[in-house]
Amino acid sequence: MYSYLIQRFLLMFLTLLGMSIIIFVLLRLVPGNIVDIMFDSAGFVDPAEKATIEKELGLDLPIYQQYYHWIAGLVSFDLGYSFVSEMPAIDEIGPRIPITAKLAGLSLFFSILFGLPLGVISAVKQNTALDYILRVFSLSGLSLPSFWLALLILMACVSYTGSIPIYTEAPETLWDELLLYLLPSAAVGFRASALIMRLTRSSMLEVMRQDYIRTAMSKGASDNAINYKHALRNAVLPVTTIIGIEAAFLIGGLIITETVFNIPGVAHFLVEAILMRDYPIVQSLVMFIAIIVVVINFLTDLAYAALDPRIKYSD
Amino acid sequence: MSSTKNKAETISNRVMQRSTWYKFKRLCRQYPLGAIGSFIVFIVVFAAIFADFVAPYDPTTTSAKMSLSPPGSAMLFGGDMMGRDVLSRIIHGARISLAVGIGSTILGGVLGTIIGLMCGYWMGLFDLLIQRLIDMMQALPLLVMALVMAASLGPSLENTIIAISIPLVPQVARVIRSNVLSLRELPFVEAARAVGMSDRRIIFRHILPNTLAPLIVLGTAQLGSAILTEASLSFLGLGVPEPYPSWGRMLSESAAEYVRVAPWLVIFPGIAISAAVFGANLMGDAVRDFLDPRNQG
Repeated sequence: MYSYLIQRFLLMFLTLLGMSIIIFVLLRLVPGNIVDIMFDSAGFVDPAEKATIEKELGLDLPIYQQYYHWIAGLVSFDLGYSFVSEMPAIDEIGPRIPITAKLAGLSLFFSILFGLPLGVISAVKQNTALDYILRVFSLSGLSLPSFWLALLILMACVSYTGSIPIYTEAPETLWDELLLYLLPSAAVGFRASALIMRLTRSSMLEVMRQDYIRTAMSKGASDNAINYKHALRNAVLPVTTIIGIEAAFLIGGLIITETVFNIPGVAHFLVEAILMRDYPIVQSLVMFIAIIVVVINFLTDLAYAALDPRIKYSD
Repeated sequence: MSSTKNKAETISNRVMQRSTWYKFKRLCRQYPLGAIGSFIVFIVVFAAIFADFVAPYDPTTTSAKMSLSPPGSAMLFGGDMMGRDVLSRIIHGARISLAVGIGSTILGGVLGTIIGLMCGYWMGLFDLLIQRLIDMMQALPLLVMALVMAASLGPSLENTIIAISIPLVPQVARVIRSNVLSLRELPFVEAARAVGMSDRRIIFRHILPNTLAPLIVLGTAQLGSAILTEASLSFLGLGVPEPYPSWGRMLSESAAEYVRVAPWLVIFPGIAISAAVFGANLMGDAVRDFLDPRNQG
């Protein structure tokens, strides 16, 4: 077990190191830097002034030194300064993390709440009208762009309540916060629930063909006991993987939803930083997302052993 | 004598036609959702190819008089803030969605297949390094990766295709690699090696054709997400730039601002994106079921 953990930790470290190189290189694919863009938009170039700004921002250093400074900063939680606000990047990013974390948590809650039971029902009622309806419903969840769903929700709110429920000021109470995050998280959770539902269905169908289910049926066990106690418990392992992956990848859905609902979270901030070419913020945020994904994948792996006693990470 | 021959040919042609039509009907009955999906995709492809003839107006012509005009006989889906016909823009937008969707799926598929074939066939250090690189690339959500790539490459049709295709590569490479790993041990590959065929010939003449089934399944599945990612990038202002009418950008132009006064600007482009992705997903599901050996015979 310990050797497996150490091995996984090392692999995680290597993956993140490689990710940091990919992110760093990707953001420097195109020749030119933020100073070029600033001077291009201003319409004039004073070489001396340009050189001063480049020196201030550390852009005159060779690329490997820039990378070294960035990584050294990351390790000591010094993410550099935002080109736009000139504030420390950590101060810009830090307060936004809890907002996105709450949204992501609520979205995941919705997706499991609807995805799991509907997947079981769809499998149990295989090839019936209900199964077809649920399958079309789940496919539509994968097909509707989350930004369109978010806009439709806004439209419905406008016509029924006369107001647009977008973020204008920080909520004061927990209840206000819940109300504010409810709609955006439902929009994001809809897609994730569709994925969970599809996988639960196929996994349940696989398990329902096993002999021990037939044995349970012949013993006279109730449908609920067969479906939820015998079948679902064994079908849940692949579903755990997809829940883990979805938890990590929810950030993709949040990017758009936070933008539509004007929520000042990490995902919305990433889009703003990309549009403003604020590279210190972009590379730190993308690295942050990569760390979250890699850590959640690791935790999902560990959850396997807890859920399925047949899996042992023995030495 | 020749008239009998002609008659026989005519009958055989009719039987062939009938059997093709019969096969088509049987497939539709067997995969009803797939048939619906293929029909939707056919409509989108038709609209994209014949946009110039089908669209009632030029998608870029503005008219102050028709600004924000509601759906009616003059403009079936209404007009946008610059008085452009929403229906014509949606029909022309199909070109962009399909060009980016199909373009990035093919580019990602070709790159992924080449990498997967090389990794699976040669294995060793090259495979190990590429697999770690793929692990790293998969640690970022598709949209985040595409967003970063689109931002660094700059907005253009070609760059959008590249930005979406690169994040698709790892999945294709993984699937093809695992397929090649089992294929390379089969007797026909061994026989080809024994008669002295070059590695390149074995890979492209013998192994590649056997990986086409999973490649087609993956390609149809990725088409939907590529169209969705293009719409998302355009919605965020990082996709295909003006003057191309893109469905995602049509929504971003109308977002929030016009939600109260012109809901048709939100509804129709959204339906177009959802229908295209829905059709591609349904078709992908049916193709997967059709090519699944467990469902045959």
